[in-house]
Amino acid sequence: MPQERIGVYVCHCGSNIAGTVDVEELTAWAGEALRHRGVVVARDYKFMCSSLGQDLIAKDIKEDALTRVVVAACSPHLHEATFRKACADAGMNPYLCELVSIREQVSWVHTDKAAATAKAKAVISGGVERVIHHAPLEPMSVPINPATLVVGGGIAGIQAAMEIADSGFHVYLVEREPSIGGHMAQFDKTFPTLDCAACILTPKMVSIGSHPHITLLTYSEVEQVDGYVGNFNVTVRKKASYVNSDLCTGCSVCEEKCPKSVIDPVFEAGLGYRKAIYRSFPQAVPKFPVIDADNCIYFDTGKCKACEIHCEAGAIDFEQEDQILELNVGNIILATGYDLFDARRETQYGYGRLANVFTSLEFERLTNAAGPTNGNIVLRDGETTPKSVGIIHCVGSRDRKFNNYCSVICCMQSLKFAHLVKERTGAEVFNFYIDMRTAYKEYDEFYQRVLSEGVHFIRGRVAEVTDVSNTPEEEDKLVIQIEDTRIGRQRRIPVDMVILSAALEPRHDSDEVAHQFGISCSVNGWFIEKHPKLDPVATMTEGIYIAGCAQGPKDIPSTVTQGAAAAARVLGRIQQKEMALEPIRAEVTEALCSGCRICNNLCPYTAIVFDEAKEVSVINAALCQGCGTCVAACPSNAISGTQFSNEQVMAQLHGLLMLNIMEPVVS
Amino acid sequence: MNNEQFEPVIIGFTCNWCSYRAADLAGTARVKYPPNVRLIRLMCSGRIDPTFVLQAFAGGADGVLITGCHPGECHYLEQNLKALRRTMLLQRTVAQFGIEPERVRLVWASAAEGVYLANAITEMVEEIRALGPLNWPQVAALNGKSHVLTPAIASVVVSEELVEAAI
Repeated sequence: MPQERIGVYVCHCGSNIAGTVDVEELTAWAGEALRHRGVVVARDYKFMCSSLGQDLIAKDIKEDALTRVVVAACSPHLHEATFRKACADAGMNPYLCELVSIREQVSWVHTDKAAATAKAKAVISGGVERVIHHAPLEPMSVPINPATLVVGGGIAGIQAAMEIADSGFHVYLVEREPSIGGHMAQFDKTFPTLDCAACILTPKMVSIGSHPHITLLTYSEVEQVDGYVGNFNVTVRKKASYVNSDLCTGCSVCEEKCPKSVIDPVFEAGLGYRKAIYRSFPQAVPKFPVIDADNCIYFDTGKCKACEIHCEAGAIDFEQEDQILELNVGNIILATGYDLFDARRETQYGYGRLANVFTSLEFERLTNAAGPTNGNIVLRDGETTPKSVGIIHCVGSRDRKFNNYCSVICCMQSLKFAHLVKERTGAEVFNFYIDMRTAYKEYDEFYQRVLSEGVHFIRGRVAEVTDVSNTPEEEDKLVIQIEDTRIGRQRRIPVDMVILSAALEPRHDSDEVAHQFGISCSVNGWFIEKHPKLDPVATMTEGIYIAGCAQGPKDIPSTVTQGAAAAARVLGRIQQKEMALEPIRAEVTEALCSGCRICNNLCPYTAIVFDEAKEVSVINAALCQGCGTCVAACPSNAISGTQFSNEQVMAQLHGLLMLNIMEPVVS
Repeated sequence: MNNEQFEPVIIGFTCNWCSYRAADLAGTARVKYPPNVRLIRLMCSGRIDPTFVLQAFAGGADGVLITGCHPGECHYLEQNLKALRRTMLLQRTVAQFGIEPERVRLVWASAAEGVYLANAITEMVEEIRALGPLNWPQVAALNGKSHVLTPAIASVVVSEELVEAAI
């Protein structure tokens, strides 16, 4: 190998490095001890990242004909890009520059100057050995398909789809249920302003349904995702609705005539009924009903067809089959929302056992004017108005038995419930809370308002809800047993109705969905963002973005914000038209590949496929994310990883152990 | 052996997305740990080739620290589990070589766990210090062997030549 001409640049970083590392000695050492490895120039400078420091490097590259550069300074995560650019500007391939960390990994974490300087020498030695094996690389460029897939038609997905479509780019919006709207469509009022949810949501839904740049695919699910950023191929199954949407006018006569009523576990949260042919709710978008084949009398017995008989448009089509659609998109936004914690799991609160214990979602339907009780707050018998109501916070949240996290919305939601009960029934309302969490704009003001309305607040975790009475006042009541931690006493509070503010949980299938789209879930099951603070809408997989509760519990304003933010990120990508990808990739040397296929199943991105004709494995460079697992696993050493090759890692190891300096034990 | 305290050399393999950033964070937070660990950045703990570890020992390291994202938080979905698998096998293998398996240690550290990583490093340095030097190069020399194992990469070069010759 012809010897490289290497420049070593040691940064003082003011006193950040120079305070603990003897930079002059280090520089002199690098120039001497590593000369036989090709180091032709070694310099130190106060701030290497400054324009003067960068000029120093650029000048040497030009005048000393350097072929490699090692900068010993801060973490590559801080200034790798800076120094690569400086080298590129001076005419050197940027990937021939290596930044080694002697600040975060040396001067800031060690105190002994001699030991720190010695370690810094090893670190530079490692960098020099490594950079010798670097190869010039070019970033890969992939074109960006301007179409976008949005998965989930709740408010997050609606917002994201609308922003992108309004900018003139096409959006495919896929929703599992027959209508978009998500959980927000189930609510009556929204905190803290008590806007009617339907009044602010349904106009947006209508715009989605009629938007020229949106293809709305309801009653559909994503089956498969292939490809990579800029060029995803998505397979969507559009379930048979048995209603021809070209003919249907959305008159809803079929719903009236359908003789089969079933409990609606989704939209009505199990509190109301729908027909076997149904729309989720009257303002559904699209307006077309679907036939639930599992409950349809015709599909069960071969008789009935009441809907078909009464449909003047002739839109009922019992022969319809599932459609498989292939979509090509450049970016994907996942806004798949949340599931409500199954309150039956908190057995001591009696949900499912004691009739008048309701979940928060049930109560939303109870207060909704379009709900099963027309908005009347009544007990499970459908007529009695409660005289006292207990609202229990943190059911399934902040509880080591179930979910450690705070579900964010429950405090405000419970305050809203308290207000609505008070306003509509005049009942006594008790809130049982652990901590009151009313952060964000106008939330605490709402809390003050509910306090002034005479709602009782009892701090503590409810031990039990029981119908066993100890006193005459408790007879025929639900008794809430709690330690009131503000007075340090056990209390029993009899009420007519109990509302459980149940936790928000990740969708039951979030793991499968994450796997399908090549992203990860946290321990709790929420989709993981690229960075919790600085990049909360992107994911580690390029081209896949997340929004709304799928990323973690959040209220409507935050959900809308995140939906819009995800859209903005996608629009940015689309405007770029093509995108540069870091050239950290694995490659197969065909001549060495034995075709054993060990690597094929190791790749999490299915980037490795087997070429049956050549009997070798082939890596799709655009799919490969560069983790290097296959490189490590290949028994034939047929796979090499650019920028992290075996040679580079081994050389760095060699350098770190100072084997390039030491006399070998045996020559 | 003189009376000076034995200062082990430990090679640490880090994941670009979690443990390397944890090391950065330890620095930013000025958390102190002994200077015996020298880190190598990989894109993923799944990149760990067992040869790297053996080569580190052969080159004079007294211990090897492998660090990656917590299970379930891998940047590349689940490649850290492959690192786990390999590490467990490797610990059994080095034990058969007569090397204490504690010299290979696997630590999960997220990008937020700077203090945790620093503590894990400190703990490992103490443990290896108690174990004493590995001295593989010297032992190998006594047995008349070179201090470096036949590297996997050398075999690649050879086989590439062979392939070319064959063609």
